[in-house]
Amino acid sequence: MNKYLILRRITQLSILFLYVGANIWGWKILEGNLSFSLIFDKIPLSDPYAVLQMFIAGAAISVDMLIGVGIVLVFYALIGGRAYCSWVCPVNMVTDLAAYLRRKLNIDKDGKRYIISRKFRYWAFITLLVVSFLTGVAAFEFFSPIGILTRGVVFGIGFGWVFILAIFLFDLFIVKNGWCGHMCPLGAMYSVIGSKSIIRVKHDAEACTNCGECKVVCPEKDVLNPVINKKSDFIHGIECTNCGRCIEVCNDNALKFSIRLKGDKDEKITIK
Amino acid sequence: MDKKRRSFLVGLAQAAAVSTVGGSLAAGFIEENKDKPLTLRPPGALDEKEFMKTCIRCGLCVDACKTRENIPVVDGDKKVTLALATPGDDAPLGTPFFIARTNPCYMCEDIPCMYACPTGALTPDKCQNDKGEVAIDYAKMGVAIIDPSSCIAYWGLQCTACYRACPELDKAITIEWRRNKRTGKHAYRIPIVHEDACTGCGMCEEACVTEKAAIKIFPREVVLGKAGDRYVKGWDAKDQTRVRNASTTTTTKTGRSQKSAIDNLNEGIKWDE
Repeated sequence: MNKYLILRRITQLSILFLYVGANIWGWKILEGNLSFSLIFDKIPLSDPYAVLQMFIAGAAISVDMLIGVGIVLVFYALIGGRAYCSWVCPVNMVTDLAAYLRRKLNIDKDGKRYIISRKFRYWAFITLLVVSFLTGVAAFEFFSPIGILTRGVVFGIGFGWVFILAIFLFDLFIVKNGWCGHMCPLGAMYSVIGSKSIIRVKHDAEACTNCGECKVVCPEKDVLNPVINKKSDFIHGIECTNCGRCIEVCNDNALKFSIRLKGDKDEKITIK
Repeated sequence: MDKKRRSFLVGLAQAAAVSTVGGSLAAGFIEENKDKPLTLRPPGALDEKEFMKTCIRCGLCVDACKTRENIPVVDGDKKVTLALATPGDDAPLGTPFFIARTNPCYMCEDIPCMYACPTGALTPDKCQNDKGEVAIDYAKMGVAIIDPSSCIAYWGLQCTACYRACPELDKAITIEWRRNKRTGKHAYRIPIVHEDACTGCGMCEEACVTEKAAIKIFPREVVLGKAGDRYVKGWDAKDQTRVRNASTTTTTKTGRSQKSAIDNLNEGIKWDE
């Protein structure tokens, strides 16, 4: 039933567990953290946004970092979309929990509504590049909750839990899907990187009964609105994280993961 | 149509305003936090400003430090030198540092932390001598400074704990014998730090017996001065070559120096008549 949810948690936790293993027992499977990692002590992976900021700040970029960026870009450009956000990033577990409790506690029904534009993250993405240039250091890395949480699990968190608690409370009581769905500049970057990715959720409008369950669970429901019950098509919205929650909650088999190639656009069937 | 254009422009202005407000807050926070001049870095670290640009905060140096061979165990605890700074540590967030008093650098001969660095923030170029030979003995993590008011050797007690703990024995710290004039029949054994041989590993600070260490490690940039080309060591042929190409004349202009010294002394004085 919740097979993607379970798979995602397994991936997210395994990645953290391998980092911890490298730190404590010297495992050579996956070392480092989400800023930069080594697979089997050889293959580099780097955070493309961190490297971009460092480049703009004026750092000399090493070959290892460039290869790492290349691998990450190719992987997510083909497979991922924003899969990093829902399958890798540990902050997703915090914000998913906040979103779940928000639904259970009916915060949206009874609470005040605070609105932030979903475009905020793109502005944050650009602004922090400018700040990196002005301050001469990678700006986002000074308060990135992704860095704080990943390093926290592997190397010790200090007072970093305050940042994580802040995001949890922000998502729970203030803005729905506030951090991941509105503010995170790394998510913004992965949206763009994976905009043409081949693995996509596909909708079958003829099977859809317009029950709306998918829109309840979707953390980026703006990507569903143009498609659900309107036409049989891929979810083209670049902010889709490929989390698969909509597929799991759909009782009509109207959603599934599928391969999107260029020619597929012709199949579009529009209803109404 | 005009209304659409207007709302587009206003929206753009609003987004720019949010970016400016958020960006200045972020920049202020970063300016405050990027500059922690007392942070001790692993061996081979670039100069602090370049280091802060180049470190990606991956922690591979910390992994290498923690899982190295022959890690010393004191009272059942593995002595890990490096840590990544968390919020609350006195070092820029996520970057590697060490605290010499509790966890000094044990100066591994193979320097695993430095070679683990993927970005070049830790580099053999910064851990070598003039001939380009790389060894941990040429690391420049900091320099030891002694507080004579609390160092018990200056009180006349025989200590030499720092001298004996130093991995660069008889090079980075030597003992100077001095007569104790106060008693007239005892000797002081005073530790003297030689910055050119000191790696800043912190073994002395860890070993120091006083309640709060009387010998401490600080980054070289903070502690060391620079005499400049104006001064030369007496009776030192090598130092003569250092100043050979220095400019010999310097003119300093101030409000006073524009007039001659005599004018300056006579001005505004009432003469007896």
